[in-house]
Order: sequence, then C-alpha cells, then structure tokens
Amino acid sequence: MRTICFYFQVHQPLRIKPYRFFDIGDDHYYWDDYSNKSIIRKVAQKCYLPMNALLLDLIHMHQGRFKVAFSISGVCLDQFEAFAPDVLESFKKLVATGHVEILSETDAHALCSLKSKDEFKRMVGRHTEKIKRHFSGYTPKVFRNTELIYSDKIGGMVAEMGYEGILTEGAKHILGWKSPNFVYQNAIEPNLKILLKNFQLSDDIAFRFSNKTWADYPLTTEKFVTWLNAVPKEQEVINLFMDYETFGEHQWAETGIFEFMKALPSAVFRYTDFNFSTPSEVVKNGTPVAKINVPTPISWADEERDLTAWLGNDLQNEAFSKLYEMESRVKNIEDEEIQRDWNYLQTSDHFYYMCTKFFSDGHVHSYFSHYDTPYDAFINYMNVLSDFILRVKMKENELAEAEE
Amino acid sequence: MKVLMFGWEFPPHISGGLGTACYGLVKGLNHHNQEVIFVVPKLWGDEEPLADFVNASDVVIDYRERKFKKIWKNLTYLEVSSFLVPYLGPEEFKKYTDFTIHDRTDVDESVFSNKFEFSGKYGKDLMKEVSRYALVAAQIAKSKEHDVIHAHDWLAYPAGIAAKEISGKPLIAHIHATEFDRSGESVNKPVYDIERAGMHAADHVVAVSHLTRKIVIDKYGVHPDKVSVLHNAVLDASIIHSDTRKHVPEKIVTFLGRITFQKGPEYFVEAAKKVIDRDPNVRFVMAGNGDLLNRMVERVAELGMGTKFHFTGFLKGKDVDDMYAISDVYVMPSVSEPFGIAPLEAVRHNTPVIISKQSGVAEVLVNAIKVDFWDVDAMADAIFGLLHYESISKMFKELGSEELKKLKWEHVAAKLVKVYEKTIKQ
Repeated sequence: MRTICFYFQVHQPLRIKPYRFFDIGDDHYYWDDYSNKSIIRKVAQKCYLPMNALLLDLIHMHQGRFKVAFSISGVCLDQFEAFAPDVLESFKKLVATGHVEILSETDAHALCSLKSKDEFKRMVGRHTEKIKRHFSGYTPKVFRNTELIYSDKIGGMVAEMGYEGILTEGAKHILGWKSPNFVYQNAIEPNLKILLKNFQLSDDIAFRFSNKTWADYPLTTEKFVTWLNAVPKEQEVINLFMDYETFGEHQWAETGIFEFMKALPSAVFRYTDFNFSTPSEVVKNGTPVAKINVPTPISWADEERDLTAWLGNDLQNEAFSKLYEMESRVKNIEDEEIQRDWNYLQTSDHFYYMCTKFFSDGHVHSYFSHYDTPYDAFINYMNVLSDFILRVKMKENELAEAEE
Repeated sequence: MKVLMFGWEFPPHISGGLGTACYGLVKGLNHHNQEVIFVVPKLWGDEEPLADFVNASDVVIDYRERKFKKIWKNLTYLEVSSFLVPYLGPEEFKKYTDFTIHDRTDVDESVFSNKFEFSGKYGKDLMKEVSRYALVAAQIAKSKEHDVIHAHDWLAYPAGIAAKEISGKPLIAHIHATEFDRSGESVNKPVYDIERAGMHAADHVVAVSHLTRKIVIDKYGVHPDKVSVLHNAVLDASIIHSDTRKHVPEKIVTFLGRITFQKGPEYFVEAAKKVIDRDPNVRFVMAGNGDLLNRMVERVAELGMGTKFHFTGFLKGKDVDDMYAISDVYVMPSVSEPFGIAPLEAVRHNTPVIISKQSGVAEVLVNAIKVDFWDVDAMADAIFGLLHYESISKMFKELGSEELKKLKWEHVAAKLVKVYEKTIKQ
C-alpha cells in the first residue's frame, strides 16, 4: 500500500471583544459577535464554500477513490451553526459521501492536554457529542490534538480514551534520521498508532505555493507528482496535514490553489502508484515500523515545532495558570453561560496572541492576531478572566447560601 | 501694573499642566485687577478673555529695528538639528523622529520672514518655533507698553530675554519643570542651556515648589536670594460628587499618569504585590500610557497578579473622573515631580492620596500620606492602612476639602504681585 493522507484543520476562535477595566463586574458578555461573524462569513466565501464544493466534485468524479479528513473544532462548529449554516450543510454533504473522515479533538481547540487529564477528557467528550449531533451519529476514531501537540504522555491518555490512532508533526528533532512516511507507535501504549506530518510536502502546498522567491515556484501538479515518485518505494504513507484556510484564504484563489487541488488527484492516479486514504484507513492497514519517543511536547508551529507560540513567556504563563486555577471551581457550577465561557476562554488562540517571540523584530504573528501588541492581548484577556472569576465567586456564594 | 507674559499654550488647547497653570495665574491676576498681555505661539479664538491675548502667528516683524540684529545673532545657536522634544509622549516622539529622519531640514530661512505660522505644539519644528517666538517677543516688547516681563518655562525664555533686551523691563522666569525632572540625569544639553540662560538673565526666578527651587539653585547655579516659591493651586476647590459606582466588590488602588521613568510606575507595581500578598481583596489599576507600559505589564505577569492588577491605557474626559471616583486610594509615586496637580484632583473626588516626598505637591497637601518613592514597603503599608483603617481615610476626606479651599489661584497671584513689585523696585 502506498497512499496519501490528506487532513485539513478547520478552526476559528471565538475572539474576545475590547473589554475594559471599567467593564469588569458589569459586562459579562465577552465575545466579539461582529468580528466573529464577519470573519466566518469572509472565510466561508473565500474558502469553506468553494473548497467544499470542489472536494465534493472530486469525490464524485473519482467515485470515492479520492478522500480526505477534517478536524473541525467545536468552537468553529458553534460559529457555523450561528453564522454560517450553509457551511455546516456543505460539510454534512461531504461526510455523507462516506469518503470523508472527521477526526476527534478538544471542543474549544484548547491546550488542556498539557494541564489536566480530567478537563482534556471532558472536552474531547463534548466534541464527540457535537460531531454526533451534527453529522447524524458519526463517531470519530482517530484523534488529533490542538496544533498537533503531542507527547508520549498525551498519546497515553488518548489511547486510554479508546482511540487507535493520533496525528502529529513529523518534527525533525524527534525523528532524527527516521522518515515521517511510515506508521509509528506510541512509546507507552503500542496499540496507539501515530501518523506524522510530512512537513516538506505539506508546507510546499500550505506555505510556499504562492511564494515567488521560492526556487520551485510555481508549483504544478507535474512537479508535485515528480516529488511523490522520488519518495523511496518502501515508504508507504505521505501525510499532508494543513490548515483548511490554506485554500482561498492563506493562498488566495488568484494563486491557482483551487486549480492545483482540482488537478492533483487525477495526476496522482495517472502518474504515480499512490492512492488516497483517510487516517483511520492508514491506522487500520499500516504496519507500525517502530516506537517513537516524545518526552516533551511537540507541535506543528514555527521552526521550533514546540509550544512557545502559546506558552513560555511571562504573559502566557500567567494567563494560563490563572485560567486553570479555576478548573476545580468551575466544575461544580451548573450554569450554562459559565460553562460556555469556561470552554471558549481555553481556546489556544488567546495565548497565541500573547506570543512575544517575533514581536521584538517587528515580525509579529500579526496575520493571525487582531491585537496591536501581545501586551494588549494580555491586558484584554486578563480583564475578561477577572470578570469570569468574579462570576464564579458569585455563583459559589449563591450555592453556599442555598445549602444553608 | 501691566504684565507682558509669554507662555506656550493656553486652555482649552493644552497638552499638559503648563497651560492650566498659566490659566490659573492669569485668572488670579485678573482678580487683583492686574493687566496681562498674554502671548502664545498660536491662538485658537476660543480662549477665555482674561487678558490682552497676542497671537504670535499674527505679529509682523519690522526688521529695520537695529537691536533685532543682535537678537538674531544670539538665536542662531537654536538652529540645532537634534531631536529636541521635551514633554513628548513616547508615541509622539516616535512619530516625530520617524518624520524628522525622513524629512529633516537643518536650517530654515522662514524663521526670518516677516510673518510666521506657529503650530504651538511640541513637535518637529520646536526649536525653530522657539527662536522665531523670541523674534516676535522683541517686536511685541517694542510696540506694547508693559512694566514687567514674565516667561513660563524654557520654551518662552528666549522670548523673555529678547523682550527684556528691547524694553529693558525686569524679567521673571517661572519654572514649572526643569530638564532634570523630565529626563532624570540624562539631560538634553541645549535645553538645559536655554533654561540656564533664562534663569540667569531673569531678574527674579519663581519655582513651583521648594523642591524645584533647590534644583534651580543646585543645578543651575542661581543665587538663592533670586529664587522664590509659588506653589500651584486648583481652579476649582469644590468636592465632586460622582454618580459613578464601581462594579467590583474589591477596593481599588489607582495610579494615574504617564507611565514613564519620572512617574515611578515600577514602585507602584512592587508595592501592589506586597499588598495583594496580605490582602487579596484589592484591585490595582494603572491608568495611562508611556514607554514603560509594556515593561510594567510583563512585571505584573511575572509577579502572578494578572487578575488583580489592571491596565486601562490612556484615559481622557469622563473616564478620568470615573477613575478617580471609583478609587479607594490614589498613589502618585513620582521620582521627581516639580508640583503634581493630579493628587489634588483625587482629593476633589474624596479619594485619599499617597504621594512621594519627591513631589512639590507634598509641600502643600497636609492630609496625605507621604513616602519616599523608592520605599515600596512604606508605600505598601500606607496603601494597606488607608484601605483597612477607616479612620484615616475618613479624616483625609473631611480635612482634604478644607485644605483645597486654601489652594486658590487668587492667593498665588497676590504673592506674585508682591514679587513683581519687589523686582521692579530693584
């Protein structure tokens, strides 16, 4: 079996509105409905709707031989439900073909796997319920963690939850001389199979496609199949993992990205011995070649492939630790709005906005942030968190009074 | 008596405390029936008619006057091409320097034209405007009769000196802030030189506090006999009863001002940590903007008090009043503050204040706790005390309003008139 496995990440955070100190204790609604809605609508028009239509055509055209997988965060599904039911419908149509796999993840696209096993399990459970509800009882079998964050320990938890496979980054410092183009096993639970992103070929599409200073520009399907054929014969699986927004949003329609994807399956079938598989098919059919050791967490972000985009500087650490100090207290409160906000406040993007890594040389991750500086992001988040803490305290007092 | 006064700004178009102080003084002099000719680089037309206002932008210079040549000569040194931007916030400074780097003009002949449009700001052409302002001053001194000349802060000193050159009347140099207050020990030499020249050319120097008087004597070498102290006052001493209520159950301790070295924000942060460790039911607020803001945010995160210490950014208008109104304690930990009017605003809102001993206002405000800016333990003790021992706060609130009533510009103006009279006699 030689196969290509496409997985697309579909995620939009629920952005926080400008929330001032004066709002603390007064305004308990944190979310920027206007910008969240307009961003979902914009990306729907540029990416989700046209690309879903294109994939549906390809699946029909190749009679199911072309297949892909999605991971759609719960926070994104909620926004589709509210702002873009047409997008949700088009995903349902894709899943209904039987050739599209949906992966499991944390409901809020959160970092809780790094902090609390309890919360991690709860959040994954919530996501599974959401997927079931939207996709007529569909149950995900393979797991992918926020930003492909993975460690031996996280793999252990995922195996314990009954998953057979997990996706992560084929980080160089983990693989060493090994190739990402095989199926591997978790170091603790050998039953958990690991699919590794081929970052070279994935990023050729996701990041370099329209880069005119790239030696291989422009990328054509001819070039791409040549590279596929250059992969040594014994290597079985090419995992192409990327943000779904690559199509039409990061790479605009004018770059030819849609035409490229439209032509790719035919070119693969005609000129290579590869077919397409979903992650669960790869997990089922692939034979693991070795265990892989990942003692400290990796991710798919930045050159370092570590966690420093979300955690590490003082701002991020403070926000993260203050948030999770609330975990045990929030658990006991039966209040829909508090539970909703607790969920959405955990979204990894809030911490990403506080990243100062590239701030000093002026090269902020500004494309993905609506804040002027990481400091603004921190101040706004902490104001909201302060109000959230007050609300929890109020609820606790109410409970205590009721008990008396 | 007729006073020829040179300022740089006048309400309502002001960017700092200088304009407010000038307004108070003119109003006070008015009260004592003194005539004031007030010159500013740019008039907007909506100033309160308290004086005979002269718009420097309207003055046409008659270059046939021989004495002007001498003044030009003295002014050439002002045509410096350095980034001289005192009083400027960091953002403005950046804008200014960016602009100057890309669009700089080292010598501009327009200074010596017949008429010149001033911006009246603290911007790119500040030095050019200062020197042009002096030429205008000479022209005015020639055409307008007066008994004494009064110049406010260094921007107006060359004007004061030039006017004195023409009319021969005595010059009063008023010090609202020195270069040492603005820049610490890294003073701008050209600005210092102008300040020094102004103080030495003046027949008498007026400082806004004893603290400032000491700097004038120690750092500028002015003879002690030549320097008097005239503390600032408040325009309105009434107590403000605000309807604004806070929405958080905790008590609020506030820092409100520019977040710069001069204002000592880091001592406030360190004191906050000490208080929160003892009493978690307190929130600290740092309101304002400045070049140390990001460093303060980082320090607050590092100290792990991110949900108890808040930043509001720059506040204006009603937000400022609201901030004072919901505060339980106001702290001004300035490292160097010639006067510092903000604590008096806090008193007007019935908010107890803690001020640094290194501020001029500490000399007039009795009912306040005074600490050394660097003594964060004392500051934390004071904050804790005001929050928990109601009697002190209560006493401060009651006595504070009485104290404000004594700080009137009429009183200041009365003293100023005496200074004028004494100087003229000499």
